[in-house]
Amino acid sequence: MLRDKIIEALQTVKDPEIDSVSIIELGMVEEVENTPNGVFIKLLPTFMGCPALEIIKKNVVNAVTAIDEVQNVEVQFIYHPPWTSDRVSDIGRERLKEFGIAPPPRHIAETGEWQADCPYCGSTYTTMENLFGPTACRSILYCKSCKNPFEAMKPVSTLM
Amino acid sequence: MRYALEDAMKNEAYRDAAVELLFQLADDDFILAYRGSEWLGLAPHIEEDVAFSSISQDTMGHAAMFYQLLHELGAGDPDELAHARPASDRKNAILLEKVNGPGTYLTEPHYDWAFAVVRNYFYAQAKKVKIESLKNSSYQPLAEAAVKVNMELYYHLLHWKTWFSQLVSAGGEATTRMETAMETAFGDLDGLFSLGQKGAEMVKHNLIESEDDLRKRWVQAMSPVVASLDINMPEKFGMKSGNGRDGVHSSDLQSALDTLGEVYNFDPAASW
Ligand SMILES: [Zn+2]
Repeated sequence: MLRDKIIEALQTVKDPEIDSVSIIELGMVEEVENTPNGVFIKLLPTFMGCPALEIIKKNVVNAVTAIDEVQNVEVQFIYHPPWTSDRVSDIGRERLKEFGIAPPPRHIAETGEWQADCPYCGSTYTTMENLFGPTACRSILYCKSCKNPFEAMKPVSTLM
Repeated sequence: MRYALEDAMKNEAYRDAAVELLFQLADDDFILAYRGSEWLGLAPHIEEDVAFSSISQDTMGHAAMFYQLLHELGAGDPDELAHARPASDRKNAILLEKVNGPGTYLTEPHYDWAFAVVRNYFYAQAKKVKIESLKNSSYQPLAEAAVKVNMELYYHLLHWKTWFSQLVSAGGEATTRMETAMETAFGDLDGLFSLGQKGAEMVKHNLIESEDDLRKRWVQAMSPVVASLDINMPEKFGMKSGNGRDGVHSSDLQSALDTLGEVYNFDPAASW
């Protein structure tokens, strides 16, 4: 099946800033359409100002074009439905941890505060250092158990 | 009713009102993101440098998306809309274009952090009020974009509210400087809520709620903060420097556009 090959190809496209996790695992792939005119792929940006979007787009085109049966690939970023952090798959959450990034918390307190467990030792004894991290989608935390700083993917939901 | 892009293109009055509103939203975010970028390396501490540049990057992303929506409505190329329009065509509120303080980024930047905090907090709250309203906009692509912007804005608002509360309640120089900055901001705050001359059209077409409603909602959202910090908020806000929605601007805007567009104007056809 061509569709399986396309999904397989998309699985090789990683987040340029977190190369252990694919755009499928991050929940960024919304639609794959195979038409006589080519393959149309709709992606959801995690954060809108993310500078990695153009790189991701190019990598998707390259990966899918490499499939023999595919002539033409078009990639479009759409805002609806919005990407939310609960779209990260269970495998994606594990891959983030492997990279040293805590997966996005599933619960946010009414005050807007949230906590993430340490991706290294699993401790819940952590503190928020900076809501804003090195990229738009990450925050910086500190583990009081193993004394490591770490990053967490920000929770993002339509309830905010 | 809800308008898709095709519906908007068939109704000229509707399209014009939507375009005007989008220019206001895009230009507001664009210029404030630029002012934010001028703080890079100058913020009070390294964590703030990281946070503020992240916020400015998000905000520029929102501007780019609004310019994209304008492009779809036939208003022109997004890059040109961002870089090639003269100050007199810009629709941003004047409060957002004002310089960060004396000096320039390269020479003696004596920027005012109190003003940065006040301006960004007041703006984030005003944007929040607008975005909540836009979630119900009759223009479907704008309503969808609002949902996305809202999730990022959440963090911006949280950030600036924290700074604001801490500096206002710190006492001494911090409190005095925050009070001065607030006085400046209140004096031009109405420019943020103004919908310009097509405002009535926008409201009639259910693109967004009225200026009065937006202002009321802002005051309401601010009231717990105002009460707990004992802030002297004026009954009425001003538009001392004029209404940016009408293309009236200070010289601060033109010099910002000159700096910002320097590379673009060097070779507008270059591909990045
Ligand atoms: Zn740990």
